[in-house]
Amino acid sequence: MTTTQWEPMLTLPVREDRDHIQGPATAPVTLVEYGDYECPYCGQAYPIVKAVQEQLGDGLRFVFRNFPISTSHPHAEQAAEAAEAAAAQGSFWEMHDRLYENQRRLGTEDLHLYADVLGLAVDVFEKELAEHVHADRVHEDFISGVRSGVNGTPTFFINGARHDDSYEFETLLAAIQQAAG
Amino acid sequence: MSDPNDAGPLPAGAPAPDFALASSLGGTLGPSGLRGHPVILAFYPADWSPVCTDQLGLYQAVLPEFEKFGATLLGISVDSVWSHEAFAKDRNLQFPLLADFEPKGEVSRAYGVYDTEEGESERALFVLDPAGVISWSYLSPSEVNPGADGILRALEELDGKDVAS
Repeated sequence: MTTTQWEPMLTLPVREDRDHIQGPATAPVTLVEYGDYECPYCGQAYPIVKAVQEQLGDGLRFVFRNFPISTSHPHAEQAAEAAEAAAAQGSFWEMHDRLYENQRRLGTEDLHLYADVLGLAVDVFEKELAEHVHADRVHEDFISGVRSGVNGTPTFFINGARHDDSYEFETLLAAIQQAAG
Repeated sequence: MSDPNDAGPLPAGAPAPDFALASSLGGTLGPSGLRGHPVILAFYPADWSPVCTDQLGLYQAVLPEFEKFGATLLGISVDSVWSHEAFAKDRNLQFPLLADFEPKGEVSRAYGVYDTEEGESERALFVLDPAGVISWSYLSPSEVNPGADGILRALEELDGKDVAS
C-alpha cells in the first residue's frame, strides 16, 4: 500500500513575542493547546490543564492557540476574537478563563459584559470585535493548527509532538512528565 | 474475480477511475468534469457518525485554504443523496457530498476503499492532479479523523510541480 504518513508536529514554533503563554520559557516542557471556546470537550479539558499546571508549577510552560470550528460552534470565532481583544489590553488569560467558565453564554452582549467585569476599556473592546480587528490572528492560529495536524478540539502538543492519547489528568500529566525526562 | 480492495487504496501515479455520482448540491459530479484543477476525494463511512461529522466540519472550515489551490473537495459515502442533503444542511457543509449509493459502493470499490464487512466506504483521502492522476492517497483508521494537513501538503506539492514545469 502506498500511503504517505507524516508525524504530526507543531509547524509554528512557540514564540514569546507572539503567543499567549503561562509559565517560564526555561520550563523543560511546553504544552500547546489548540482550542475552541464553545467546544464542550475543551471545556472538559480546561480544569484538567489547570490542575496539571498547578501540579508542575514552573516545570511547565502552557500555550493556548485558537482553533474555532465555526461550522459546529457559531459563537466560537467571535469568542476567540474577544480573547484576542482582551489580550490587546493585557488580559488574555482572564478572558480565556471567563469564556471557558461560561461556555453557554458567549453571545455578543455576554462578551461585552465580561470585558466590563475584567475592567477593560469596553468601547475599544467592542469596536475591535465589531471590526474583526483580531480575525487575522485567530485565522493564523487556526491555519497553523491545520498544518500541524490538529483534527479536532482540543488538540495538545507536548514539546512539539501531537499528543494522541487522552487528556485525562493522569494521562496528560504522565505524558508531560515523560517528555520532561 | 480479484477484489481491488485487497490491494488497499489506489496509489499515487494511478489514473483516478472516473465516475458520475449524484451530489447533495444537485446534478452529478465526477473527476472528468473537473479536469484542469486538483480534486480532493474524501471517502467517509457514514453521514451523521461522530468522527465523520468532525472531519467534514473541519474540512468546511479549511475549505478556503483548499480553494487557494483551485481544488474542489468532494465528500463520498454510500448514503443516499437525501441523507447527504439533510446532513449537509444540518452541519452547514457547503461542499458537494456524493452518493455512492447505486450500485452501492461501486466507486469506493474502484478506488480500493470499500469495507465489505461494514458495507461502508473506508475513511480515505485522495488528491488528484489536474490531469486526473492520483498524486496522493491515504487510508485512515476508521475511528481516526485524519485532519487536513496531508491534503494541504499534497496540494502544495502539486502546486510546486506546476511552477517547475
